[in-house]
Amino acid sequence: MPSFLARFGRTHEARLLAVNLALVIFLSIFATGFFSLENVFNLMTSYAFVGILAAGLVVVLVAGSIDISMTAIASIAQYLAVSAVSQYDVGWAVLLTVALGTGLLLGLVNAALVTWFGISSIIVTIALLNVYFGLLMFFTKGDPINFLPDWYADSMSWVIAGADSNNPLILNMQILALVLAFILAWFLLNRLSVGRQLRALGGNAEAAKRVGFNALRLNMVAYGFLGVMAGLASLVQAQASQAVVPNALVGRELDVLAAVVLGGASLTGGSGSILGTVLGLMLLALLQNGLILLGVSSYWIQCVTGFVFLAAVSTIAWDYKRQQSALRRHIGAIG
Amino acid sequence: MKSSLSFLARVSNRIDPVDRRLLALLMALVLVFGLLLGSKLFDATSFRSMAFQLPELGILSLAMMVALLSGGLDLSIIATANLVALTIAFMFTFVPVEPGVAWVAWQLLAVAVGLAVALLIGAINGVIIAYLGVSPILATLGAMTLIKGISIGFTQGGILSGFPDPILFIGNGTVFGIPVVMLIFAAAALVLSIVLSATPFGRTLNMLGSNEAATRYSGIDTRRTLVSVYMISSLLAALAGIVMMARFNSANAAYGESYLLVTILAAVLGGVSPSGGFGKVGGLVLALIILQLISTCFNLLDFSQFLTLAIWGGTLIVVAAVSRLRSHFR
Repeated sequence: MPSFLARFGRTHEARLLAVNLALVIFLSIFATGFFSLENVFNLMTSYAFVGILAAGLVVVLVAGSIDISMTAIASIAQYLAVSAVSQYDVGWAVLLTVALGTGLLLGLVNAALVTWFGISSIIVTIALLNVYFGLLMFFTKGDPINFLPDWYADSMSWVIAGADSNNPLILNMQILALVLAFILAWFLLNRLSVGRQLRALGGNAEAAKRVGFNALRLNMVAYGFLGVMAGLASLVQAQASQAVVPNALVGRELDVLAAVVLGGASLTGGSGSILGTVLGLMLLALLQNGLILLGVSSYWIQCVTGFVFLAAVSTIAWDYKRQQSALRRHIGAIG
Repeated sequence: MKSSLSFLARVSNRIDPVDRRLLALLMALVLVFGLLLGSKLFDATSFRSMAFQLPELGILSLAMMVALLSGGLDLSIIATANLVALTIAFMFTFVPVEPGVAWVAWQLLAVAVGLAVALLIGAINGVIIAYLGVSPILATLGAMTLIKGISIGFTQGGILSGFPDPILFIGNGTVFGIPVVMLIFAAAALVLSIVLSATPFGRTLNMLGSNEAATRYSGIDTRRTLVSVYMISSLLAALAGIVMMARFNSANAAYGESYLLVTILAAVLGGVSPSGGFGKVGGLVLALIILQLISTCFNLLDFSQFLTLAIWGGTLIVVAAVSRLRSHFR
């Protein structure tokens, strides 16, 4: 056990955890209203959309690719699903099938094109983001859907405590979906053999192919999973905002990437963990929420976020560089 | 007949294969749009509107191209352009009312301070990427957030507007019928083209983008080259910022954000390799003309601007598919 702790202590996750704990302690002392279960639930609700997408994106990053188009996929999924259920009163099964199915389908398209073209996935998915978003805005003319069916709009919201206070403790669909997304991603990466294969593909694509892994199939798993998560995130977001606005989501893809990268996932593939992603998301949420509670003008929050992000990626890169040169010295000493 | 054909073949063989493909695409587009639009396409007003719109995206794409050539990416160009524009706009609020020596000197000083801000940003990006070893996507993503955050913080999200006449002339004036912004873009493209193809720096950059380790082992200080790359990228972004503030007669933290990913599309469509090393300014200019032609013609045909966005993305997918098919059948 102590050796496990010692090993954990040297990881990126441990350092993130320490930073997060320090922030929690600091904010609990200095920010009124921070240290409460209500605030935790509120934070989880407002970061559910970014968080669910982050759970999907980390899988794609582990597999050595990247996807920028997931916000456009989410926009299309939510538009189709909510249009379907408000046109014909058909219920949950159809809502979920259409949203998750659309996400899955577009994710598979992404996987096929990325694998087939063999050019960098960031370029392909930037092009696809423009195609998906452009077509959505063209066909919908940007018109929002302002009325959700009641069974969807008011569902899955349970007051746990403080029903008569002005800040009741509410468990809702956003929180459940966020937790579910991270459990699914964890299960996929750590408990299924395909998870190991994804890691192998991300670590060394050429070696993985020579061993006989099918890159197209693996990319379809990774992008398909992200697509399904985009579908899930879109439903959660539509319910939270009680409307579907076609251009509300596109533009947040870099926020998602920031959360995942803060969690230690490498853009070159092979590395990245669910715990890290959760902690990365938590850091962003604590920082932004904490600054507001501390009374910092909301106009300055993006500046602080950018600074912390730069500091974090610089530390990670610097650390990696030191490890590499230590490794080289070590190899030099024994060889 | 035969000799004239072989002459054509000789000429076409002289042209870079990427440019040949883009020229073919351009001619096909002109044909299709010519049939659809008739004389409206060849109208002077549509040419003028193209010449006024192309430079913003054009200069930003040049800024992106420099970073792409080095094997990186610069996501902070738009944020830099806006911060530079805001800095200059802020200095302009103290411009003396009376035209005179002080009036001219203060404006020049304002622009100089703006460019200095850009150089500082570029140097910071470069140092983080080259010396700390952060991947360019992440370093410039962080820089983008931080720079935009600074702009929003100082302006409280508002706009600065009302500039002296020389700036307005840059935005809306013409020289011999050619928009000033077009001349600025042409000059920037020409200078960059010469720097890339005829200077030691340009050759170093191509080597650096193709194989960083080999370049380093051949005795070139790749880290200093990388810092220069991001400073040049930033400087071009600043130029785009000046053009944007002049065209809109205002500056804001969030202008032109939708251009960011499109600049990457334009560069890659123009034959710049996304993994670095290869690409020419000529190809990029052709790609920009194609994108602008599609946008202007769709506008004339009354299609939504979002269809233009979809077609731009689709064009890159088709070009990638075609080159994939060609290598498949070879």
